[in-house]
Amino acid sequence: MSSVISVRSLKKSYGSTQAVAGIDLDIAQGEIFALLGPNGAGKTTTVEILEGFRTRDSGEVSVLNTDPSVKGVAGRIWRNRIGIVLQSTSDAGDLSVKDTVAHFAKYYSSPRDVTEVVGAVGLEEKSNELIRTLSGGQRRRLDVALGIIGSPELLFLDEPTTGFDPEARRAFWSLIKSLRDSGTTIVLTTHYLDEAEALADRVAVINRGVIVEVSTPALLGGRATSLATVSWLSADGPKSERTDNPTALVKKLTETFQGEIPELTVKRASLEDIYIEMIGGADVHN
Amino acid sequence: MSTTKVSKAGVPSALAIGIARGGLEIKQFMRQRESVVFTLAFPIMLLAIFGSVFTNELTDGVTFSQYFVAGMIASGLVNTGFQQLAIMIPVERDFGTLKRLRGTPMPASSYFIGKAIVVFVTMAIQVFLLLIAGVLFFGVNLPSDPAKWLTFIWLIILGSGASTALGIAFSVIPKSGRSASAVVSPVVIILQFFSGVFFVFTDLPAWMQQVAAIFPLKWMTQGMRSVFLPDSFAAREVAGSWESERTFLIILAWFIAGLIISIRTFKWDQQK
Repeated sequence: MSSVISVRSLKKSYGSTQAVAGIDLDIAQGEIFALLGPNGAGKTTTVEILEGFRTRDSGEVSVLNTDPSVKGVAGRIWRNRIGIVLQSTSDAGDLSVKDTVAHFAKYYSSPRDVTEVVGAVGLEEKSNELIRTLSGGQRRRLDVALGIIGSPELLFLDEPTTGFDPEARRAFWSLIKSLRDSGTTIVLTTHYLDEAEALADRVAVINRGVIVEVSTPALLGGRATSLATVSWLSADGPKSERTDNPTALVKKLTETFQGEIPELTVKRASLEDIYIEMIGGADVHN
Repeated sequence: MSTTKVSKAGVPSALAIGIARGGLEIKQFMRQRESVVFTLAFPIMLLAIFGSVFTNELTDGVTFSQYFVAGMIASGLVNTGFQQLAIMIPVERDFGTLKRLRGTPMPASSYFIGKAIVVFVTMAIQVFLLLIAGVLFFGVNLPSDPAKWLTFIWLIILGSGASTALGIAFSVIPKSGRSASAVVSPVVIILQFFSGVFFVFTDLPAWMQQVAAIFPLKWMTQGMRSVFLPDSFAAREVAGSWESERTFLIILAWFIAGLIISIRTFKWDQQK
């Protein structure tokens, strides 16, 4: 697979604070790549450099074979190929959903169909309503509609489902997966680990300006091979044991109890457990 | 969408996007009712107040209302362009509207064109209403000489352009949308006093006249007087004439300066 994003030794400081301290990254075409990390870890700075919003101090960055600091017409041609959904925009909202999406469509050389995009984000019933009448979650979906209207090859999503109800989140996830399946590369930053697990093909954990690990959600931090915790209720009260061979333990217990094991649970580390361990218990928000 | 012209590079042309933005901005403006009423009615209210307070004639056949209409139109240029934009753009920056636009293939020039269009259209409506009210209720006489109307048209076009460019240029100064009004409004009000909008310019102290002569509002006001006052009145100007060429060149210079500063310093985002 060809690399859509390639980063080598990326560094960026603000005054004496080093926000990004040498990051290498390769993101392949057609994957959903999630960036995880606590606030202040360098996540936002990294993504904003990739999006062309910030300059870097040193290192090589290539996004769709272009340096994101590109200016002028070349910059426009580059932006024509990407879509960006920022964290929060709060326009005055005196335009309708459809007018706004139709207007943004005019910025791109080959936009998607306006009605189709409004439908894809689940706003068809709100199509003619003014933005000011939308709920927080609906506004967020409009943000996404504006991010994908230009049929981007690469889509950046920054905390896309903040303020969504569970149903809207699931609908949104399937929208993102369908974009991925049609070949769009997606870079997702999120605080929700279940979202990363449900969506991402690969995740990278950033902490203190460096990448701690890049892996699939299932294998991150040795999760698949990590010790499992088997808990049950013994005659002396609740008991639990950490083991790399839970099946054998359960088998032994089955023999001991000669049937049902009271209150049996077998638990593997969740992505969240692994993540918190990796970032060393640094402040985890949301 | 299908009518959008595609430039050589494959992205829609900056002009096509700019015109689309102009249409959008006008729509947005018209939907903010309070702001529409205020922008369009305020000059008429001022004309009513000043026209009732100062009922004297400045010279034969030139009422204060006649003199004041020229000042109101000129300061309308500064209000709808410079003041409005220098306050609204920092608000758009705070809201993240500009950052979102920055992430699209829309160039800054299209954004500037859109602003120039909304300023020009607002200005045209405002002047139209002011003149109707002036003629109907305050005895304002309209010029009959086509040459004067020609001056009027280039003053409105060049004046809106300069005011737009300077408003965009000034928009980097307010630190936030909330403080913008407090930073911008005093500049405008002081300029109005110094430039002979509210008083007869030649009655002002000489130092005030000299300060005002640096800024474009004085020249816009003087240019508008050349449209609305009889040519005999030119003798009462500082230079003893309307100085039309100088007026044109000074407003043009401010337009170009504003444009260069806008292109060089425009900020999409509050942070660096």
